[in-house]
This record gives sequence, structure tokens and C-alpha cells, in this order.
Amino acid sequence: MTYLAKPKLHHPALAKNKVGYIRRDYEGTVSTLCAGCGHDSISAAIIQACWELDIEPHRVAKLSGIGCSSKTPTYFLGNSHGFNSVHGRMPSVLTGANLANRDLLYLGVSGDGDSASIGLGQFAHSIRRGVNMVYIVENNGVYGLTKGQFSATADKGSKSKRGVANSDEPLDMIGMALLLGATFVGRSFSGDKAQLVPMIKAAIEHKGAAFIDVISPCVAFNNHAGSTKSYDYVRHHNEAVNRLDFIDARDEITTDYAPGEVVSVTQHDGSVLRLRKLAADYDPTDRIKVMHYLQQRSAAGEVVTGLLYINPESSDLHEHLDTVEAPLNQLEASELCPGSVALERINASLR
Amino acid sequence: MIKRIEAVNDFVVKFANINGSGSASANEIFARSIMRMGVPVSPRNIFPSNIQGLPTWYEVRVSESGWLGRRGGVDLLVAMNPATWASDFEEIELGGYILYDSSKPLPKAKLREDLNVIGVPLTEICNAAYTDSRQRQLFKNIVYVGALSALLDIDSAEIEKLFSEQFKGKEALLQSNVNALRLGRDYAVQNFECPIGLRVQRSNNVGDQIFVDGNSAAALGAVYGGASVCAWYPITPSSSLAETFSRYCYKLRIDAATGKHRFAIIQAEDELASIGIAIGAGWNGARAFTSTSGPGISLMTEFIGLAYFAEIPVTIINVQRGGPSTGMPTRTQQSDLLSCAYASNGDTKHVMLFPEDPTECFDFTALGLDLADRLQTPVFVMTDLDIGMNTRMCKPFQWDDAREYDRGKIMTRADLESGRDFGRYLDVDGDGIPYRTYPGTHPTRGAYFTRGTTRDRYARYSEAGADYLDNMQRLLRKFETAKSLVPKPLLYPAEKPARFGAIFYGSTSPAMEEALDVLASRGIHVNALRVRGFPFQDEINDFVASHPWVFVVEQNRDAQLKTLLVNEAKVNPTRLLSVLHYDGTPITARFIVDQIAQHASARTVVPLKRAS
Repeated sequence: MTYLAKPKLHHPALAKNKVGYIRRDYEGTVSTLCAGCGHDSISAAIIQACWELDIEPHRVAKLSGIGCSSKTPTYFLGNSHGFNSVHGRMPSVLTGANLANRDLLYLGVSGDGDSASIGLGQFAHSIRRGVNMVYIVENNGVYGLTKGQFSATADKGSKSKRGVANSDEPLDMIGMALLLGATFVGRSFSGDKAQLVPMIKAAIEHKGAAFIDVISPCVAFNNHAGSTKSYDYVRHHNEAVNRLDFIDARDEITTDYAPGEVVSVTQHDGSVLRLRKLAADYDPTDRIKVMHYLQQRSAAGEVVTGLLYINPESSDLHEHLDTVEAPLNQLEASELCPGSVALERINASLR
Repeated sequence: MIKRIEAVNDFVVKFANINGSGSASANEIFARSIMRMGVPVSPRNIFPSNIQGLPTWYEVRVSESGWLGRRGGVDLLVAMNPATWASDFEEIELGGYILYDSSKPLPKAKLREDLNVIGVPLTEICNAAYTDSRQRQLFKNIVYVGALSALLDIDSAEIEKLFSEQFKGKEALLQSNVNALRLGRDYAVQNFECPIGLRVQRSNNVGDQIFVDGNSAAALGAVYGGASVCAWYPITPSSSLAETFSRYCYKLRIDAATGKHRFAIIQAEDELASIGIAIGAGWNGARAFTSTSGPGISLMTEFIGLAYFAEIPVTIINVQRGGPSTGMPTRTQQSDLLSCAYASNGDTKHVMLFPEDPTECFDFTALGLDLADRLQTPVFVMTDLDIGMNTRMCKPFQWDDAREYDRGKIMTRADLESGRDFGRYLDVDGDGIPYRTYPGTHPTRGAYFTRGTTRDRYARYSEAGADYLDNMQRLLRKFETAKSLVPKPLLYPAEKPARFGAIFYGSTSPAMEEALDVLASRGIHVNALRVRGFPFQDEINDFVASHPWVFVVEQNRDAQLKTLLVNEAKVNPTRLLSVLHYDGTPITARFIVDQIAQHASARTVVPLKRAS
């Protein structure tokens, strides 16, 4: 790929958000992924979510590993610092970055190869530590950049482009995230922007480890009959448990809902999630029931989407470590160095 | 008649214990009491990869002259572990001493006739004094310290004072330790002629020196150097470094107003994650480090290449142990020089610092954090088990309150606002070091993409050969700049003109200094140079060029420093003679002297006139 600059000219009347940016300010360089790639839709959803949330682009740090999905941070939020790290290791780099400056928003973008195979350990441990982040796996069941090998999320029995059936059990990242204590778990489909954008917005406002599994078909290597990650397959098997309306802490709630069909969840920052129930009795705050429900529906062949689980009482790694409110990277020597008098006392204790 | 060893303030006591028997703190009290009498000591733990049951040793060298290297040989063995008697006895010098628990008879067949045997019925004494089985075991150690205090003429008031410091506020514990000490002392006084031939005599050779292990010193150096993020994974012999960093932080880095922490410490899931966390924090502008040992470095290698190529500061403290693979996890070596110098796929070179003792562990860790920020690259502090896990007498720590952290080339919001051109990999002043911005600095300027792939000077992805070359050559310029920043080598000039030179580094230092002294007394004069950093400075070339023969003294099999000297400093390899010690024990002056003396006699050039 070569660097492609987008023209900077734009229509002067384009709408600005509350912090004065137009949507274009949240874009990156032109994508070099294949035309029709699900990942580009996810990038567009991230752009939309950040613009709508009035986040200043430079207050986001976007981190990724290696693979097609991990290339995408170049294609959104061009005014944010980005870090394309090593394969499967985005979670540790993000954890360290987050420790250094708790004031930024951390967006981790990964793929199923990056997170479910080589990086499974780091995925697991970043979730169980409760790193305050949005962790998006762009899940296509296949290794795209190396041309079509099965990934660990490919369903057993699903077929490769060459017609070979996968004999290994799939790795269920949603199930794992729930077991590992993620406090926000969602699944969506790259082709369903209406579902994905509010989900990303809610995840950004969530304090703690927010995990989103986005089924994102690979048009080059995994969009054929026999694949369970193709556009057609996911459209036919998608069972949404709820539709999410995200209401910003600063906004008034104006929409009326009929009683009984809506669950409201207030997050730490005061933002309200309104979930219009599509599945009867689905309670996204009951982790045990959620796990049971997902296992049942998965056995029935459904791809369950929606905001699957949220813990409104969530906490994050900084809270667990009891770190100071000021970002660690802004502490001065006077706050870090105990000085020579203290050192002399230490010397005295060592004699 | 057995000729017994007679020595004042110059002998070696070795304690042979069983791991988990509670001997460690008693043995350390013994060593400290001698230091409190103004006599230098250097203790060493020789311990197994085990928690309970296997043999463990604690060797204390008492040296009025202040030689802190391992001497070799033993003058007094405190033989608490029958399982290792046979091999322990072999180490004792002719006419040496054994103190053993005489509650059970010593098998005569195993004893050398030249040894002086001192039997103290430790078990019987403790069984009579205590009813609790754990106390009976633990106080045996204190009872033998008490007996030793009489036998070696150690002022027991110093020991009691140490107890009172250790058990401050715990009166019952203090009293029971003092009682046990007196039980042992009384028994020795009543049953033996005290002191024996070995004796401690009050002196004044300790001065203001402190007594500390290298891991604690490095941990404190990290606190003083401003590290706020530490990520680590448990591995011997480095674990205590991160644990001590945590303890110091809880004492020294708590925000007084809120009680909150000015630090973040993560015990990661493995070494890959610990270096990843440190790199993420370094990228985002916090000072970060990880501590590990050789196998951890192997795991971190991919990430180290990323930090080199993407130019991210990170400090890595490698407490080296015996390799390869799991190797000798509880023994010392200097065998990771090459794996650290070139860690990564592709062409890389990394900055290394070689501390000689805890004082330099403190200094070099704080310096390492500065250098990592200045050079935007990984910096290795290459300590080892011998320095890291043994309590060592050393110069007190010093800190200049006027010292400021060198955060390196950071472009601020104001810089960006003023319109300064920002290219993340742009060398604006010729030292090979580009400017960086912290994430979140400016709404529209200064953001860039960090990656391990090739890019141009403005951090834009590129697969063009010219961009790649430009970047790789700049990284070489940066490494050249590092030469002027790492500590220079230290010259130890011989008192008389010397044909031989010797190069050494790290924990070899105390043994080498003693060896130089012994060699000089034998008429072999050697100029020595202690290497303290990599990349190497020109002083090293000059040193090699000015001696026909230069010994390179190392604690590894493959002469790793010599390889680096030939490869990187381009010194003449035919002048270099390796002295290599790598059985896992710390190198001794005796070993160095023997090796150098042999080489020297083989290379003594006799003038032709006299030869004929």
C-alpha cells in the first residue's frame, strides 16, 4: 500500500458537532482494504460514534495488533495517535498506554486471528484486569492478509473458499469475555450500522473493559456458501436481543417508550442506555442468565446480537490500583522523586 | 597435632543449611553484626530452585581489607545439613573448623583429620528450652549464631542491638531471640576455649557504607529515576526487584492529600505482556520499566525489536542467571550480553549498562530511565544474580536534588501551535534522535501513527527502499550519539608499568580488584579497564591498542563481551585473551589470579641477551 492523501477541501456548510468538528475531521486516510470489506463499515461506525459523541479526535488513542483489522486505525481518526503494535499484543500495549494517561479514550482494534489465536492470552488478561477501553474484534473467521486460512473463530463444519471443512471447535470470544469479567459485552454485524454505532457510543462511555465482537465478512476469502461469516449467512441467522438507544448524559430523554418494552441502564457518567427488548425477558444485567441464553441460542444456530451484557456498577484498572487522578505521564519530578533527605534516611536504615 | 587456622578479620564462614529451615535471617544477622564492628563482610546466598527441603548455603567472607568478591575455600563450616557433609567438608581449608549439631554423633568416617570439630547440641538445647516444634527448629539458627559470637569473639551487644531494631515493638519476639542467642553463647563459653583461631576484632573499615542487595537498589533507583509504571512477571532472580519497587512506592509515592498512588504496578501474565505494558506506557509518556532474567528476555525479543524500530523508551533490568534455557535459575552468570545487545529479528543494537554493585544498580537504573527517554529506545541494565540477590557492602546512595529528569525531545502543544515542523522520524539536529509527541497533545497537529513497519520521516507507511535506508542509517547515528551518553569505562591503572591489560565488567568487579592486588604483589602488573556501558567508547580501543595482551574476564562460556568488542569496537582480536568462569558460582580472585598468572608466565618475553 502507499500513502493516499484525501483532499482536504470540503463544503463549508457541513454540520459541526458541539466541539466544532465536522465528521470529516474524524476520518483517516483512504482504506486499502478490499472493496466491500466489513472492516470499512466498522471504521465508518467508529467515525460516526466519535463525531456524534463530540469527542475531540486527539483525545482518543487507537491501538491495534497485526492483520487486516489492525490496519484499520489508519483509516479513521487521523488526528489521533495510533499504534500498530505486534501480532496479538495490542492488549498489553493498550494497558500500558492507559496506565500512563487515564484521561484519554482507548480504542483497541483487533481481529479474530490477532485476539483469538496468537493474542488469546493478552485478550483474556486485559479483560480480567478491567482496563478502561473499547476492545473491538473485527471477526471474519479467516486470515485475510495471508490469504484465507481458517481462524480460531471459524465454526466447526464451515467451509473454506477452497471447500475444505473446518474440523476444530470455534473459540467463543463473547462467552470468554463474559467469563473473564468484561463489564460490557456486545455483538454486532458490520452490515448493521443502526445497531453498531450506538453500541460503540455506549462502549466508549462505559467505564471498564468493553468488548464488542463484530461479525465482519471477508469479501475476498470468507463470503461464500458454506461460510458462517458471510453477509448472507449472518443476515439470515442474526437474532438481535435488543435495539440500543444511547442517550448522552447531557441530553434530555424525549423519546417515549411503551411500558415493559424498554430496559434503562444508567452508566457511571450518567449516560443512559435504553434497550428496546426484542427477546422477551432478556435482562442484559444478569450475567449468569445471559451466558445461559447465549449458549442456548448458539446451539440453535443463531448469531445473537445486541448489547448482551452490561454491569452498570463497573470499575476499572485505575480504580483497582488506586492511582492518582492526574495522568501518571504528567507527574513532575517533585511528585515522583522522594529527594535526598529521604534517601539519607534509607541509607541510615541499611547500615 | 592439627595445625589450626589462625586469622583475625580475614576468613570465610560458610553455613550449610536446609532450605525453609529459617536460617536466612539468622545468617544475615551474623554477617551484619560483624559489619557493625567495623569489619567489612560480603555474604552470598547459594540457594536451590526450591522452597523447602533442598540444601542451601550462606557464605560470609570477612575481610579487613574490604575484598568483597568470593574468596573460594572455607575456614569455618557451620554444618547444619548432613545431606551435604561430604561435599561441604571438601571445601574446608587445611586446619579449618566445623561447627555441627552434636545432638547426634558425627560419623567419624566422613571427617578429615585436620579439621577442628566443635560440637554444639543445638537440638538438645532447643528441645529443653522450647515446647513448640516450629520454635525448636527456628531457634536452632539463633543458638548457633550465639555460639559463633563467643567462638569468633563477636560483640554480642551488636547482635542484640540488631534484634532490637528488627523486632522493634515486638517485645516478646525480641526477648525470645535474645534468650536463644544467650543459650548458644553460654554453651560455647562453658565448653570451649573462646575465641578459636578465627577472630573478629573491632575495626574502622566500613565507614559510611550501606548493606543492601542489588535488586532493592535498582528498585530504589527506579523510584528516584521517576518510573511510574512497572510491569513484570515473576522469575528468579529478578522477582524481588519489582516486589521491592512496590514496597518502596507504598512508602515514598503516596499522594499525601488523597492517599492515592503515584505509580502503577502490574504483575503481568507473562514477559510478553510485561514488556508490552512498559512499551505502551513509554509510548504514552510515562517512565516505565520491566525487570526480568534471561528466559524473560527471550520472550520479550519481538517487542524489543518493535521498541527499537518504532523508537519507544523502555528500561529493561536483566538480572542475569545461568543459561541457556531454564539453565541454572539460582546461579549467576553474565551470559545475556549478546542476546540483549542484538535482541530482535533484523538489524538492531541496544544500549546496555553494566553496574558493578548495588550502588551502581541504583545509579544506572535512574540513568537508564533518562537514557531511554533521551534516546527513545530500549535500555538494558545488565545486573546479575550475584549482585541482585546478595546483600553487599557498598557506597551509600546519593541523589542531587537539583537533578532534573531528561525527558528527551518532546514537542509540546506550544511548539506545535507555533508551527514547528513535526516529523516523527525527522532528524532535525543531526544526532539521529527525532522529536516525539505524547498522544493527546494537540487537536489538529502532531498526531502520528506508530508502527513496526517501514515508514518515512513523517511516520507515513512506506515500502520504498530509500525510506528504509534513511531510517536504518539514522538509527545508526542515534546509536553513535548513545556513545557519549552511556558511562565511560573506568581505568584501574597498575602501580608499575604494565604490559598486560584486563577488561572486566559488572559483578566481576570485586574479585577483579582483589586479583589485581594479588597479581601486583607477585610482580605481575596489570592495567585494568571496567566497561560500564554499550555502545563502546574510543577509550576501549585505546586501551587495547596500548597493551600487547589484554585479558577479557567474563562469567560466561562464549566470551560474549570479547565478541562484542571485536564486532562493535573493532579491536584487534589477536590481542585478546579470555578468562572465563561460568559454573554458576561467582568468579573469585583466586580463579582470575591463576588464569592470568598462567597466561602471563607463558607470555613472559625474556630478552635475547639474557636468554643466551
